[in-house]
Amino acid sequence: MRTWKTACLTTLATAMSLFTSIALAADGAVPPVAPAEPPINWHAIVMFVIFVAITLGITYWAAKRTKTATDFYAAGRGITGLQNGLAIAGDYMSAASFLGIAALVYMNGFYGLIFSVGWLVGWPIILFLIAERLRNLGKYTYADVASFRLQQGPVRTMAAIGSLIVVIWYLIGQAVGAGQLLHTLVPQISYRQSIVIVGTLIIVYVTFGGMKATTWVQIIKAGLLLGGATLIAIGVMAHEGFSFEKLFTDAVAIHPKHMEIMKSVVPIGAKANPIESISLGLTLMFGTAGLPHILMRFFTVTNAKAARKSVLYGTCFIGYFYILTFIIGFGAIVLVANNPEYVTDVTKNILALKGGGSMPAVYLSHAIGGDLFLGFIAAVAFATILAVVSGLTLAGASALSHDIYANVIMKGKSTEAQEVWVSKLCVIGLGILAVLLGIAFEKQNVAYIVALTFSIAACANFPILVLSVFWRGLTTRGAVLGGYTGIFGSIGLLIIGPTVWTKVLGNGPAIFPYDFPTFVVLPAVLIVAYVFSVTDHSESAQKERDAFNAQKVRSETGLGAEIGASH
Amino acid sequence: MSELSASRIQNNPKYHQLVMQRDSLAWTLSAIVCVMYFGFILLIAFAPDFLTQPLSADSVIPVGMPVGVGVILVSCILTAIYVRRANHTFDPLTDEIIQESLK
Repeated sequence: MRTWKTACLTTLATAMSLFTSIALAADGAVPPVAPAEPPINWHAIVMFVIFVAITLGITYWAAKRTKTATDFYAAGRGITGLQNGLAIAGDYMSAASFLGIAALVYMNGFYGLIFSVGWLVGWPIILFLIAERLRNLGKYTYADVASFRLQQGPVRTMAAIGSLIVVIWYLIGQAVGAGQLLHTLVPQISYRQSIVIVGTLIIVYVTFGGMKATTWVQIIKAGLLLGGATLIAIGVMAHEGFSFEKLFTDAVAIHPKHMEIMKSVVPIGAKANPIESISLGLTLMFGTAGLPHILMRFFTVTNAKAARKSVLYGTCFIGYFYILTFIIGFGAIVLVANNPEYVTDVTKNILALKGGGSMPAVYLSHAIGGDLFLGFIAAVAFATILAVVSGLTLAGASALSHDIYANVIMKGKSTEAQEVWVSKLCVIGLGILAVLLGIAFEKQNVAYIVALTFSIAACANFPILVLSVFWRGLTTRGAVLGGYTGIFGSIGLLIIGPTVWTKVLGNGPAIFPYDFPTFVVLPAVLIVAYVFSVTDHSESAQKERDAFNAQKVRSETGLGAEIGASH
Repeated sequence: MSELSASRIQNNPKYHQLVMQRDSLAWTLSAIVCVMYFGFILLIAFAPDFLTQPLSADSVIPVGMPVGVGVILVSCILTAIYVRRANHTFDPLTDEIIQESLK
C-alpha cells in the first residue's frame, strides 16, 4: 500500500501545482502573456476534479482487492452481464465516436449515419459467433483463443503484434484528442500538460487497480456519457418543438450546402466511390469484432451466459447512443453553426469552429445549457478518453506480458506474480509511450488512425480468431501466414493509399487509390490461411486438426473453461 | 478425466443437437445482419438516389435515414432474440450434457 500512497500523493501534487498555477494566473499574480487571456472554465475544472477523485477512490478500493493475475487481467471474473454491458459501451464509445460522429454529421449530414450503422452491426456478429466461445476458451487475451490448439510461440507472437499495433495507434488517436480537447476547454493547461495528466492518471488506474478499476471507470463513464448525450439530445429536440421534420428542415436551411447534406452518401465534396463505400462497410463491421481491448472484456465475466447478456446490454446502449449522436450532429448545425460565439469567422465559413473540427458536440452543450452544462459535457468527454485509454493500455500490456513474456519467452514457466509484475511495467511503458507519441503527433493529421486500427483488426485479428474457432483445418502455418498477411497487407496498402501517401507524406497521387484496404486484404487473408493450412502435411498440423474436437466441446459447453467468481 | 468427459460428450446425441441448433440460429441471424447491412451498403454504393430521395414530397428527410436507424434497431432486436433463445433452450441443454458427462 505504500507505493499506492506515494503514487496518489504524486498525482495529487501534480494536480495541485497545476491548479495553483491556474489560480495564480487568474489572480493576476503571473502577468498574462496574451493581452486577452480567456476566462477560466471553473465548471469544467471542478467536474474534472470530482471525476478524478471518484475514480482514484475506486482505484484504491480495487487495488486492495487485486491480488492474483485473474484479478489484475480479468477483474477476478466477477463482473455481471449488466456491468460488463455498460463497461463494453464505456470501452467502445470513444471520444472519436462521441465527438467524431457528431462532427461528421455536422459537416456532412446524412453521411455520418453510415458510420453509426457500421460501428454497431459488428456487435450482433460478436454475440452470435464470438462472445460465448471466447469466454469458454480463453484466459486473458484473444491470443489464448487463437492459439488454443496451435503452436503457442508463433501464433501468440502474431496475435500480440496485431493487438499491439491496434492498441498503440488507437492510443495515439485518443492522446491527441485528449490534448486538443483539454487545451481548448481550459486554455491555461497546455496541450502537453493535458497529455501528461491523462498518461499519469491511466498509469495509476491500471497499475494499481488493474481490470477492476478499469471496468468501473468504464461503467461510470458510460453512465455519464449516456446521460449527458441524452440531455443534449432532449435539449435539441425541445428547441425544435420535438419535431424531427423541423430539426432537419432547419439544418438544411442553415448549412451552407443546404439539401446536399441529405443527398450525399460520401463526404461532401468527395466523388462517389462504390468500392470505397463497400470497403468502409467491411472495415467498420469486422474491425469491431477484432479490437483486442473489446475482446478482452469477455474474460471478466462469470461465465458464457454473462458474456452473452453483456453483449445484448452493450449493443442496446451503443445503438441508443449512436442515434443520439446523429441528433446531436444535426442539432449542432442548427444551434452552433453561424453562431459568432463558437465560429472562428462567420463572414468566411459559418461551419469552422474555434478549437478545431471535433468541437460541435461540446459547443452544442453550451448553446443548450450554458457554462455549467459545457463544463459537465467537457468532463464527460475527458472521462471518456480516460476510460478508453485505460482499457487500451491494459489490453496492450496483457499482450506483452501474458502472450509474449509468459507464454512465448518463458514458455509458461513464469509465476503469476512475475507475470503481473511484468504487466505493470508494460502499463507504465505504454502510458509513457502514449504521452510521447501524443506529443509527437500534436500537429499531425490523425484522421487516418481510425482507418488503420480498424483495418488491421478487421483483416488480421478477426479472421484468424473466427477460423481457429470454427474451422478444423486451420493449422499454425495457415494462421501465422494469414495473420501477417492481414497486418502487413493493411499497413502497406494504407501507406501507399490516399491519406498517408498523398496527404501525410505529400508524394502526389496515391499508388493504391482507396482509403480502406479491407476489401482486398480480408479475402487475401482468408485465401492465404486456407491454402497454407490445407497444403500443410506435417505431423504437427495433423495433431492440430485432431485437437479440434476437444476444443469444440469446450467452446460449445464451457466444460473446462476458466471458473468465474461466484456471487 | 477431462479428456474422458470430452469424449463422452462427443458421443452424446444431445451435444450434436446443441451444436446443430445453436449453429443454425447463430449463422442464420448473422446472415440476416449481413444481408441487411450490406444491402444498406450496396444501396449506398450503387443506388444512392434511392436512399437520398425524400420520404414524401414536402419532407427533407431522406429514405436512408429511417432505413439506417432501422438497421440499428433490428440489430438490437436480433441480439435479444439470440439471448432469449440461448437462455431458454441452449443453457438447460448444456447443463444436461455436462451432468451426463460427469456421471
